[in-house]
Amino acid sequence: MTNVRLPTASRRVICRTNAVVNSLERTAALQRLPPRTRLAAGVGIGVGALSRRLGRGTGSVIGGRAILAIDPDALRRLSQGRQVALVSGTNGKTTTTSLLAAALSRRGPVVSNALGANLPPGITAALAAAPADATHAAIEVDEAWMGTVAEATSPAVVVLLNLSRDQLDRNNEVRRLATRWRDAVHGAAAHVVANADDPLVAWAAMAAASVTWVGAGQRWTADAAGCPNCGGRINFPDELGGDWACQNCHLRRPPLDVWLEGGDIVIRESGERLAVQLALPGRCNQANAAMAMEAAHRLGVGRSEALAAMAATSEVAGRYRTVTVEGTCARLLLAKNHAGWLETFDLLSPPPTPVVVAINARIADGKDPSWLWDVPFEKLQGRLVVATGERSADLAVRLGYADVEHLRQPDPVEAIVAAGRAAGGATVDVVANYTSFQAITGRLATTERLAGTGRHDA
Amino acid sequence: MTPDAIGIALVFPDLLGTYGDSGNATILAQRLRRRGHLAEVVEINAGGRVPDSCDLYVIGGGEDLPQALAAQELIEQRSLHRGVDRGAVVLAVCAGLQILGQTFVGPDGVEQAGLALLDCVTVRGRGRRAVGELVVDPEAQAGLPRLTGYENHGGVTVPGPQARPLGRVRTGIGNGSHGTDGVVNGRVWSTYMHGPVLARNSALADRLLGLVVGDLAPLDDAESEALRAERLRAAPAEASSPGSRWARLAGRR
Repeated sequence: MTNVRLPTASRRVICRTNAVVNSLERTAALQRLPPRTRLAAGVGIGVGALSRRLGRGTGSVIGGRAILAIDPDALRRLSQGRQVALVSGTNGKTTTTSLLAAALSRRGPVVSNALGANLPPGITAALAAAPADATHAAIEVDEAWMGTVAEATSPAVVVLLNLSRDQLDRNNEVRRLATRWRDAVHGAAAHVVANADDPLVAWAAMAAASVTWVGAGQRWTADAAGCPNCGGRINFPDELGGDWACQNCHLRRPPLDVWLEGGDIVIRESGERLAVQLALPGRCNQANAAMAMEAAHRLGVGRSEALAAMAATSEVAGRYRTVTVEGTCARLLLAKNHAGWLETFDLLSPPPTPVVVAINARIADGKDPSWLWDVPFEKLQGRLVVATGERSADLAVRLGYADVEHLRQPDPVEAIVAAGRAAGGATVDVVANYTSFQAITGRLATTERLAGTGRHDA
Repeated sequence: MTPDAIGIALVFPDLLGTYGDSGNATILAQRLRRRGHLAEVVEINAGGRVPDSCDLYVIGGGEDLPQALAAQELIEQRSLHRGVDRGAVVLAVCAGLQILGQTFVGPDGVEQAGLALLDCVTVRGRGRRAVGELVVDPEAQAGLPRLTGYENHGGVTVPGPQARPLGRVRTGIGNGSHGTDGVVNGRVWSTYMHGPVLARNSALADRLLGLVVGDLAPLDDAESEALRAERLRAAPAEASSPGSRWARLAGRR
């Protein structure tokens, strides 16, 4: 065994988790790993379990950190021998990863972090806990970590969804991310499935050797107005999903291999038209399904079979789920930035159905919620909006200037109840950004006000 | 533009619109409409002609490259200069403030000419970016209560000897020079406060509108006041603190 010096605390954890390690050592997957990685995986799983038991979250991040501390190469070793597909983008990565995992499950057990963390520790923890016979991995990756994770996991397929501004306080220039993606796919063996409708994504993916271009749409174009290639101006067509082109250089939308048309997915090469029937709502999820379908197809799952496997997915990490809160039926939706909101308006029940909008501004949300002023909330006129969350005061001012009838109730559960009262029994929509969504689901679970109606497990 | 409407130009939101500053134009227009005025927001994207006939011009914040492009276009067009000569009111935020000065730093790190509508120069800060809540006590002659915003910038703005700052920084960084924030020259007002700044500070919105239309009837600003009070309370814990380098630069001139 390699010489590993561990702090006392880690040794104590190892004692407690001996049982876990023993059971893991019996699995074929870990048997073929070097001892250091095996030990690291065992400790990580133990630490994660301990963290869960202490009520400190899902435990995947801290468990993954423990693994990487013992074996910095664990992510690479744990990916070996699996067909890995990576999914990244500002919006839709959790849903797409979840749909892809459903499709790949037709070929056998799949390991996925779709419900967990998308930085290297979370990904490592997911792989460490994978069943021995999981031959495929569907992995969601944070946009900024794409290159690092791709290098470690040698993916067979990389799915690039979209890039738009998010978390303003971190000055996360989307152009810089596009450059990093371009570097990540340049010279790599991975096949890339890319959204051709997003100029930043298209420019990055053009550096890859083999690409499937999907017309997945991108309503929010403000972040790509300057050409990623030359800084010139990009002309966008008026209709969604039309051809875009730079005024100044050669950059333009690549010819599509796959696109959405009237509720179908069309395949250029074969001329096939596949009907998309999903339990998930909205145009954006049809696009996510098209991206996942192409990735699964590349890994040997037939397109129709992949779509059939995705049809049953009705919620993703609590999103799209309908819950009952003190007699009010509420459907939970996630929208964390302008681009996400532009797709979300289509998902809402028609007015006058009330909407609860929950806004926080923690680190994971971005600490500056001024993006609320770029969302056309004027579209919510004609219905009651209940503003909630830690930054409901910002939202209330925005709604006021948008001439939207609203009231402010910082407590999310009370906000849902207030909307329910106004709805007169109809199901209300709840649209929350990242940490406010977690806060709501957490509150609903702990207060035991959650009584599932129409809840289907994916 | 409707002939009788008060024109509010939103200047290059596609270049300088990263931080929701387009909200300032929305707010100015709505506050006029609620008092029975006709108001129209004229949005000019990059490549378009900025009219010189508007009553108010709103310029926001953005990244280095778009900022330099915006400055170049405005210098070539000179329509903003003509508007100011005619007596138009300008609100410039962050990158907007920087390009209205004498010089600012381009994306290549090289000093670049600004529009020279404000007496200030902006240099690159040597510390980390100023990111966080910003609270400013306005100069007495502004006749305004304490102001709140959110700053996010790497530049340090040094007002010239004739320049009047918008106010003194109570919490946060602001100009990063002599404890000031913003520069005011006649009807051209500027600040590092995003938020957008007028969402949190109705009094500032009405001060600018008053320069255009004179006396204004009060509005129900309960929600804006609640937001302002909340942000003022939160500021000490959520402000960018002056690191040693910032402090060093700020103390010198």
